[in-house]
Amino acid sequence: MERLTFDLATTSLRELNTFLHTDAKAGKVEAVTVVNPDGAHNIAVGLDCPINVEVIGHAGYYAGGMNKSATITITGSAGTGVGENMMSGTVHVKGFASNGAGASAQGGLLVIEGDAGLRCGISLKGGNIVVGGSVGSFSAFMAQAGTMVICGDAGDALGDSLYEAVLYVKGSVKSLGADAQFEPMTDADIATVAGLLDKAGLDHDPKAFKRIASQRSLYHWNADANQEY
Amino acid sequence: METKPVHFKNVSREESFGYDRKTLDYIRNAAAHGLYEIRGMGAKRKLPNFDDLVFLGASMSRYPLEGYREKCVTKTLLGTRFAKKPIELDIPITIAGMSFGSLSANVKEALGRAATEMGTSTTTGDGGMTPEERQSSKTLIYQCLPSRYGFNPDDVRRADAIEVVIGQGAKPGGGGMLLGQKVSPRVARMRTLPEGIDQRSACRHPDWTGPDDLAIKIQELREITDWEKPIYVKVGATRTFHDVKLAVHSGADVIVVDGMQGGTAATQTCFIEHIGIPTLAAVRQAVNALEDLDMIGKVQLVVSGGIRTGADVAKALAMGADAVAIGQGVLVALGCNGETYYQNGALHSAEADYTAIGAAAGFCHHCHTGKCPVGITTQDAILEQRLSPDVGAKHLRNYLKTLNMELTTIARACGKQNVHHLEREDLVALTIEAAAMAGLPLAGTNWIPGQGF
Repeated sequence: MERLTFDLATTSLRELNTFLHTDAKAGKVEAVTVVNPDGAHNIAVGLDCPINVEVIGHAGYYAGGMNKSATITITGSAGTGVGENMMSGTVHVKGFASNGAGASAQGGLLVIEGDAGLRCGISLKGGNIVVGGSVGSFSAFMAQAGTMVICGDAGDALGDSLYEAVLYVKGSVKSLGADAQFEPMTDADIATVAGLLDKAGLDHDPKAFKRIASQRSLYHWNADANQEY
Repeated sequence: METKPVHFKNVSREESFGYDRKTLDYIRNAAAHGLYEIRGMGAKRKLPNFDDLVFLGASMSRYPLEGYREKCVTKTLLGTRFAKKPIELDIPITIAGMSFGSLSANVKEALGRAATEMGTSTTTGDGGMTPEERQSSKTLIYQCLPSRYGFNPDDVRRADAIEVVIGQGAKPGGGGMLLGQKVSPRVARMRTLPEGIDQRSACRHPDWTGPDDLAIKIQELREITDWEKPIYVKVGATRTFHDVKLAVHSGADVIVVDGMQGGTAATQTCFIEHIGIPTLAAVRQAVNALEDLDMIGKVQLVVSGGIRTGADVAKALAMGADAVAIGQGVLVALGCNGETYYQNGALHSAEADYTAIGAAAGFCHHCHTGKCPVGITTQDAILEQRLSPDVGAKHLRNYLKTLNMELTTIARACGKQNVHHLEREDLVALTIEAAAMAGLPLAGTNWIPGQGF
């Protein structure tokens, strides 16, 4: 068996996820198609094998959450927390994504072809996120490690309280958050952006991006500074 | 001979109530540093607590059980609502969530070993699960915290239950912190942070914002674990009646309520002392909420924050808790605030090391410094040798055994064959404050302040 189709209009979500955790992990199929997702929450969460999952339509909250190794594609839009805490693999959203996309992802690649809502890449811990459109306010809040490439604009307080994550924005940034700063693009930055755009299948000039990283002024308590905590 | 009366210079010793020496000290400190104070442990102020309640032992109208030998069940089931594999414990006394990072790896191992011997559970804490901890603890509760430091689906699958932490009694509404001294290379790696920075944990979860979202988040955790593992929700005690109701609506199997006496390894003092309500008031509100929803016996309640003795455990259970969780008491059992530590077969004085951090045995709340003189709340390679897993596990096992003996002997005196049969009717309050908060009659009366009329 190569590809199996699950129709969420007639099959329960629990059945789908259990199959993906057991039979799919045991290598019984190479690919799974999910039809009629109808915005269901928690589609294909906690996968732990290099399977291909295609969701035809819109997904609800936490689609592809905590993914390890799998390649998950959503042809429509995704709800809050798509690809949250991903460890590895790919989650690719063809449409738009809601709030908290890629939250605390530790690895892997999250691609959102459209716009993403508030707090995209919040608490990012090593994953890579490429957004074809714009991101909402408070994106990359407290992001610790990893990379975000934003091809459109960013809302307010981008990169507030950033640690070591690096952000690249092509469009305008409404405002930077506390401790975030623009930095010059180096050749290495351009190569990073080019590589991620290539993986995401998006066509933009990597030289047109600006780099944002932490000033690291909030890393230590400092009695003489005006605290911005 | 003419004598003159002797005149002594009159030195005023009238201390101000509002500006007592503690307050003067606080203001001087603030003026010197421009930063709020951060410290460890829980609220130090005097609060109504379980000591303000007493049991009505059996007498003419009740029939007691023989104190030592007669059967008294302590078995405790947690997570029976939705989980396929509920947590089954031999005693209703669990170890509260404390992180590797705040505690040394040796301490985490000691907790796991003692808990496993006693048939109870330990809980991970902020910063992820260590292999030592998973290996030593038979029943391990894995916390899902706002920071998500080291949060990993493999550990979710390895855990016996998941605890979604909304807040902590020491600091409801506030995130944790771990000062640079404790962000060692290993801790930094586990948390994906640069070494040595003063780390601030988030106060809100990154991927959900309210109870309706939490319901979906809990469903995600259930889907990932194929509905096997119980999901706990932990709240710091504030608006406990409503918070517990919302946690039940969100689909929790077990609610953990942590009162303001609950400890922390590092938090602003103004949080520790001024945010949250006492455990006594929180237990009553939590039980009221479960009764209101007809969820008694379906959703279990774990109470923490200032549980120190077997009598405290018995009182919490009688008020309606299914189990308790202990943090600070456990640390004290391991030697926290002791004058000595035991190393290489001998006792050594820790006095000089207390002095060096500006503390003294019995008064120390300096967990945040990472320089714990008795080797508990530290990541220092030399200090952590002061508590070996062997010695720690032995003391903790003894402490838990003592609590359990006290609990069962009290239950027997109240005529109960099962500690979970202890009931509110077995308790009265000694102070009006405790009576009002706990919703129990003042001893010798049928008066519950705030109820009736």
